[in-house]
Amino acid sequence: MSGKTKTLRVRKTTVNALINYAMVIVVFAATQILIGQGAISNTIQSMLVPVCCYVVMAVSLNLTVGILGELSLGHAGFMSLGAFSGIIAATLLQDAVPAAPLRLAIAMVVGGVFGGVGGVIIGLPVLRLRGDYLAIVTLAFGEIIKNVIQVLYIGLDENGLHFATKEANLALSETGKAILKGPMGATGVAKLASFTAGFLLILITLFVVQNLVDSRAGRAILSLRDNRIAAESVGISVTKYKLMAFVISAVLAGAAGALYGLNYSSTVASKFDFNTSILVLVYVVLGGLGSIRGSIIAAAVLTLLPELLRNGAINDYRMLIYAIILILVMLVTNNPTLRGGVDMAVKRIRGIGKKEQTEGGAQ
Amino acid sequence: MSFLSYLITGISLGSIYAIIALGYTMVYGIAKMLNFAHGDVIMVGAYVCFFAMAGLSGQMEAGSLAAAVVPQVAGVLLAMVVCTILGVVIEGLAYKPLRQAPSLAVLITAIGVSWFLQNAAQLLWGAAPKNFTSIVSGAVSLADGTLNISYVTMLTVVTCLVIMVGLTTFIGKGKMGKAMRACSEDKAAAQLMGINVNATISVTFAIGSALAAVAGVLMCSAYPTLMPTTGALPGIKAFTAAVFGGIGSIPGAFLGGLLLGIIETFTKAYISTDLSDAIVFLVLIVVLLVKPSGLLGRFVPEKV
Amino acid sequence: MSKQYPKPKLVPVPSTNIIPERDIDKSPILECRHLGIDFGGLTAVSDFNMAIGRTEIAGLIGPNGAGKTTDFNLLPKVYQPPRGTIMLDGRDTHSMTTAQVSRAGIARTFQNIRLFSRLSVEDNVKIGLHNQAAYPMWSGIFRLPSYWKKERMAHNLALELLSIFDMQDLADHQAGSLPYGAQRRLEIVRALATGPSLLLLDEPAAGMNPSETAELMDNIVKIRDTFQIAIMLIEHDMNLVMGICEGICVLNFGKIIAKGTAEEIQANPAVIEAYLGKKEG
Repeated sequence: MSGKTKTLRVRKTTVNALINYAMVIVVFAATQILIGQGAISNTIQSMLVPVCCYVVMAVSLNLTVGILGELSLGHAGFMSLGAFSGIIAATLLQDAVPAAPLRLAIAMVVGGVFGGVGGVIIGLPVLRLRGDYLAIVTLAFGEIIKNVIQVLYIGLDENGLHFATKEANLALSETGKAILKGPMGATGVAKLASFTAGFLLILITLFVVQNLVDSRAGRAILSLRDNRIAAESVGISVTKYKLMAFVISAVLAGAAGALYGLNYSSTVASKFDFNTSILVLVYVVLGGLGSIRGSIIAAAVLTLLPELLRNGAINDYRMLIYAIILILVMLVTNNPTLRGGVDMAVKRIRGIGKKEQTEGGAQ
Repeated sequence: MSFLSYLITGISLGSIYAIIALGYTMVYGIAKMLNFAHGDVIMVGAYVCFFAMAGLSGQMEAGSLAAAVVPQVAGVLLAMVVCTILGVVIEGLAYKPLRQAPSLAVLITAIGVSWFLQNAAQLLWGAAPKNFTSIVSGAVSLADGTLNISYVTMLTVVTCLVIMVGLTTFIGKGKMGKAMRACSEDKAAAQLMGINVNATISVTFAIGSALAAVAGVLMCSAYPTLMPTTGALPGIKAFTAAVFGGIGSIPGAFLGGLLLGIIETFTKAYISTDLSDAIVFLVLIVVLLVKPSGLLGRFVPEKV
Repeated sequence: MSKQYPKPKLVPVPSTNIIPERDIDKSPILECRHLGIDFGGLTAVSDFNMAIGRTEIAGLIGPNGAGKTTDFNLLPKVYQPPRGTIMLDGRDTHSMTTAQVSRAGIARTFQNIRLFSRLSVEDNVKIGLHNQAAYPMWSGIFRLPSYWKKERMAHNLALELLSIFDMQDLADHQAGSLPYGAQRRLEIVRALATGPSLLLLDEPAAGMNPSETAELMDNIVKIRDTFQIAIMLIEHDMNLVMGICEGICVLNFGKIIAKGTAEEIQANPAVIEAYLGKKEG
């Protein structure tokens, strides 16, 4: 046995992880080249940062839904926390940190911290709830975040930050500036986000999630998904590892939120509502639960798809088509009869005329 | 007197939530799925009633008794019929093939159906809001005019009570009700006992969708803005109400709906209009933390 | 089934149980006193008293519904016992969770197999090694030296444990795709990986044919001898129970009706009555 362990085994999980990094790097490089040649329209170029954000959102939600196996319907809430805390941090540091990329990086860290704090606050009490009840509480949490930010006014002047629930109560000095204005959201934000930052955030996300999953903690999280009772019976603390997955997921969503918020001059809280949470969940499910690569591809393609459908006659019908495709994909992938039919059709098209493999030797 | 009038508004709003929540909870109890498209069936019901009323009142002699009754009654009935068919068709096409699939797949499909209904409504009827004419107008004035109760409010509360009593009787007695309870307990065993599980689930969807149509009409009578996304937020709130009361439990949905309506109205009146949603959801979280299966839900321990 | 396993002499321990003579100088690994639990008015287990020696193979038998599996759920605290105490290696487990009891030394298998069926065989065992090859989360994410060291250790240990049942070649297979018997064996390996001092086996021979059962008996004895741990098992296969169990405890209607060696149990009239019913007339 000693001979076996000394040889370097390149495991399947390692290979898969490397393929994911390579895929992201190649797509990023190709996109940069195409932008240089002017082959990518402005509309698509303006979508690149959001695409990166949604990729990170999908991968991080996959950690909760696909790998931990708990349904969360409030992932956009963490994005929202990250977006607004990131915007405030970036505004605060406007003078202190002149270098825009560094300011963006700090804002993303702040966004991640706030997302993570939100994850702990919601995760600690609710993770003992199971299944649909956990889902509804995360949904409620997302709506609460949205609602609270919608009534919050935050301003900045030489005396520091001011908080209020009405603009008049902010009591800013003459040089002061309101950063967050309740239902109007954050306005006059300096746009710091860049495609490169989004690319780096995806790489960091992949690094964290993939390495986590392929480690002791990750196996513990997977074991909770597969069989909670057995996991407890081998000494795995349910609360600790559920919370770990949930909080890491929230931190990454917060960082993505900060990047997203700093990509626009104004952002409203209602952008991060139930529908956004659901949209990210759709990416995760269509990409395949637990499949990191699936999440990346689904998030990127499905964020761009509605934009690509935006021209010509189908424009009016694009969301309808989107809905129909979603339903059909779910039916085909989950119904045994339909799946069998599709598999057979695919086989025929490929012209595989091989004899059915004879069964035998199964012992 | 304002307290009493807020309470009445709350009960009325709560009754609407309760009717929607009943649909949610019945479907959850029997098909074990979260039917996120339920809120959009409400919207379809309201649109059908709106167009039926508009079409019929043009045909009627203005001011006659028939003109005051026929369009409304016909509108409500037509909405119920259309929604019932819609519910059964949705179930048959989208959910039935997924009976054995993981619950998340069914949830995503329901979300797909919800988007489909919203976008189809937008294509058919436009995105611009329609002003829904209340099916009954007028109000009674009590206590020297300090307390006004509209007929819609009364109708809503009475309808909710009638539906509640009717449903409880239907499910508690009778063959179909027994089949429903059997299916909610154990589908495979019910099938072995000769119960047609598919038919039972279809009936459940039919009833739930008919209730959604009623809820849609009552809701738009009280809050007249009608557009393709009208059903979304009440749908989520009613879902919350169903969980609040204990999802799967019919009295729970009723209680949850009423309490949610009352809490929401009082929050708007006494605390903050802007924060009412946050407070409603906060109450839900607190309730679930204290009683993880909802107010009237059963806790089923996991077998080892 | 003709194979003879060495049977030690049993000595009675005051009030609770009999344990093998070789363990008599040491305190028992597990001691239950007056353990009891009800489910909705039905008494599932009552006044359960038992002690298990450090290297004993003990059997828990009884007709269906006697409360055997309930007992197995009380010991690792899947159910919090409302009555009685459980002393594990002299420590009261009253305030411990299931995970803490596992870390304190009780490992178990399940009657209805509970593997991490979508994970590989090796990962199943590595999850069992969770607290044996421990390193912090950060080390895993940033691949610090402790990650490499502990992962290598876990890999080697996993293969070594799998080799007990000659399963090391199946390490990369998906656990759920294994044949039934292999899944049962994998559960035992996973339980052993936690480094227990007491191993609870819930019907380990269920669904096995006689030759597989015979092999299992050898392996249970081998595991006890190699790891020097106590093993307690629930089993309906009397050949297995009478063949390898040193102390046997018979439950009926939640109560212990007999304790003793295989010979004593086989001759006990109360046991015969519980299994076969009262003699007519």
